[in-house]
Amino acid sequence: MNFKIVAHTLGWVLSFEAVCMILPLVCALIYSEAAFMSFLICIAICLAAGVPLILMNNKDAKMYSREGFTIVALSWIVMSIFGALPFVISGSIPNFINALFETVSGFTTTGASVVADVEALPKSILFWRSFTHWIGGMGVIVFLVAILPLSGGRNMHLVKAESPGPSVGKLVPKVRETAKLLYTIYFVLTVIEVALLLAGDMSLFEALTISFGTAGTGGFAVLNSSMGEYSSYIQVVVTIFMIVFGVNFSIYYLILIGKIKTAFRSSELWAYLGVIAASIFIISINCAALFDTVAESIKHSAFQVGSIITTTGFATTDFDKWPELSKTILVVLMFIGASAGSTGGGIKVSRIMILLKSIVKEIKISAHPKSTHKVKMDGRTIEHETIRGANVFMISYLLIFAFSLLAVSLDNMDFTTNFTAVAATINNVGPGLARVGPTQNFGSYSAFAKLVFIFDMLIGRLEIFPLLVLFSPYAWKK
Amino acid sequence: MIIVGLGKIGQKLAELLSSEEGHEVTVVDTVAEHLRYIVNEYDIMGVVGSGSNIDILEEAGIETADLLIAVTGSDEVNLLTCLLAKKAGNCKTIARVRKPEYSRELRLFKDDLGLAMVINPEQAAATEVARVLRFPSAIQIDTFAKGRVEILKFRIQEGSPLDDIRVADMAKRINCDILVCGVERGDKVFIPGGNFILKSGDLVSIVATPHNASDFFKKIGIKTNRVKDTLIIGGGGTAYYLAARLIQAGIKVKIIEQDMMRCEELSELLPKATIINGDGTDTDLLAEEGLEHYESVVALTGIDEENIMLTLFAKTQTKGKLVTKINRISYDNVIGGLGLDTIINPNNITAEYIARFVRAANNSLHDDIETMHMILDGKAEALEFRIKKDSPITDMTLEQIPLKDNVIIACINRNGKIIIPRGKDCILPGDTIIAVTTQLGIKDIKEFLR
Repeated sequence: MNFKIVAHTLGWVLSFEAVCMILPLVCALIYSEAAFMSFLICIAICLAAGVPLILMNNKDAKMYSREGFTIVALSWIVMSIFGALPFVISGSIPNFINALFETVSGFTTTGASVVADVEALPKSILFWRSFTHWIGGMGVIVFLVAILPLSGGRNMHLVKAESPGPSVGKLVPKVRETAKLLYTIYFVLTVIEVALLLAGDMSLFEALTISFGTAGTGGFAVLNSSMGEYSSYIQVVVTIFMIVFGVNFSIYYLILIGKIKTAFRSSELWAYLGVIAASIFIISINCAALFDTVAESIKHSAFQVGSIITTTGFATTDFDKWPELSKTILVVLMFIGASAGSTGGGIKVSRIMILLKSIVKEIKISAHPKSTHKVKMDGRTIEHETIRGANVFMISYLLIFAFSLLAVSLDNMDFTTNFTAVAATINNVGPGLARVGPTQNFGSYSAFAKLVFIFDMLIGRLEIFPLLVLFSPYAWKK
Repeated sequence: MIIVGLGKIGQKLAELLSSEEGHEVTVVDTVAEHLRYIVNEYDIMGVVGSGSNIDILEEAGIETADLLIAVTGSDEVNLLTCLLAKKAGNCKTIARVRKPEYSRELRLFKDDLGLAMVINPEQAAATEVARVLRFPSAIQIDTFAKGRVEILKFRIQEGSPLDDIRVADMAKRINCDILVCGVERGDKVFIPGGNFILKSGDLVSIVATPHNASDFFKKIGIKTNRVKDTLIIGGGGTAYYLAARLIQAGIKVKIIEQDMMRCEELSELLPKATIINGDGTDTDLLAEEGLEHYESVVALTGIDEENIMLTLFAKTQTKGKLVTKINRISYDNVIGGLGLDTIINPNNITAEYIARFVRAANNSLHDDIETMHMILDGKAEALEFRIKKDSPITDMTLEQIPLKDNVIIACINRNGKIIIPRGKDCILPGDTIIAVTTQLGIKDIKEFLR
């Protein structure tokens, strides 16, 4: 392990976080809130910790896969710890574990909260909470790769460890250009959403925070009712953008360079849209009785389906009161998650497609033991490595899920609450059902359970392995 | 740019080109494993598939590519890939073509198929070896200004007059118009200033005209005559090209080859050479063929280890020039320590030829690099620039130019007159200069300045 390069990169991450905190600082200044001082202190702390690390000698900057994984995992942990400081110092969330839960939930774009009365928090703190979604959505490391002169092609190890999906590729030959493109697409889409929300008579503060929540597929809202009080126009805009941010960003790149046909040939895109359409159809029929008009029913089910499959976690209505079929569909959607290469969480549509296809392959092989089959997607054979990766991911995912469920059940809550709480955190969704439903929060869990959830959220965002590498003694050997 | 085929040459090229600014490299190979390694290691993109498939080429971005380099193991695939690339996109193409029967049609390929460059690794290696044999005292020779200037690399032997001498004193002591432009000591590379002290064991690179160079070598007591005869062990493609070249230059050639069929072929192709059918690793045979009397021995068998052992053995038998072909083994520092004299690696030579072409093509757009050579074990570049009217380094003496420490101006070519520059010399517009620097990937003279 090359500790120098790890420390150096962590230094950049902390300094970057300090820069990010300038935005809520400005926000506090505008609303002349007391939180101004706490942001100032936090910026100072981040810089004090980060700058010396950057200045440390890093001439021997060899980065291999091991360093890539470790840097990404540590970055997310360190970033969350320092990101929790504003909540603690400003006194908004005095308990550190709670503040950490809130920050991890923000960075991992989960959107699960321990705060019962969101509207009581200072605006700058709310802004920071939502802004963590935006940073975490595309990833800090990807951003750093885009702007920093981190040398060499091995940065791909970093991008790979942070980006979601069964196989991470580049858009263009250079890692840095790829990272820049991703962030440009991300930024432009966010700006479009902000503009559309402003057109719907939203305040700039709300338009920004809600857009951050949508873009990162996070789900922190600034009202206690989440999205319930906004106009239909705004709910529709947010629905569309949630689904837009759940699409693989390489598709936008293909559209951008004029390869529209290739873009729409992506089977993952169609599967993703197909699942959404089917779910909306079933739920809107199932829930028709709850709403006055058919349009109303479709609007709410579309919002909820979009919100859950992209693992955003906004709510326009308390879906905990919906019929069982609809609730179960939503829970299933939590697991499916968004597309690979998007900002969403969950298992990912493409990974599920690979797994289903390998099941079909196995069935065929059982029928004709000597036949040979290859798993194909979009007309090309999927490498054995990728399939193996998907299998191992699935097994580890289920094991971690089971252990988390066990650990959380110590709190003696009902099964639905526990199960959906773990599902909502490991898939980075946010709200679950019953006592963690859209109108409830995670505040009633014990500190230990919250730590388990924090772990699950990080596991979900980083797709398990970067975080597990930290626990391997091999990773720490020189 | 797109590189098709990730063999040794493809990998080396990907390594060379991706490390330079401004090249966006995409590699295409049919084997996903090859790609995985190289994509993790360097800043490039990989596409799995055959280069002769138009869809794959399109995926690799042929429409926007400036250059396609086809270096797969098959000549036919390379040529076909280049043809398709021409059809699909408007890019320059380079193909590796190895078979001798195709090599004879090089002009046809270049003109009719529109290839920008056709390269034959074996022929390239043979050219290198032939150059070394013409000047056996030097380990490596690069030529500039259409052959009027050379950069020669040689080792300072113990007891040489150059041992323990300041670079600034050297010209006076030896009274010769040469310039030391680089020194390798261990794995360190220096661009020496006047106070640099040479030591025995150093590998020194000097700039000189061919005439002055031989004068210089004579004065420091190194013989300079080109070799009279050569013993080539192994009769592959490289041996054939080399032998043909040497015979043309009037050097006697003997080739030892194991395979009878190949021997007959060679004797047909090279009537003037002596072809011996036998095992080149058999020491009795070597002695019988008079190994000790040869002025040069070139080990060109297909097995690297055999070549190394052969050279080490030959070193105990003869004082002649030894050349070893190494294709695959990459333990550069170990091999360097064996004292094998000159080592040639056909794949690296090919990759460097292509990289040179790429840079020249690149540079012709904005500045005037005429030629470029990797020297000092690939750690430095010697660049030949044409000086424009508004160049920042004219109108002052060399002493006044604020050069960076790792740059040296090694030579000025004024309308064919070669000046080995001293502090009082000036650079005029229209000159070409040769600059040596350890800063790789330079494109503009301005980058030399502080």
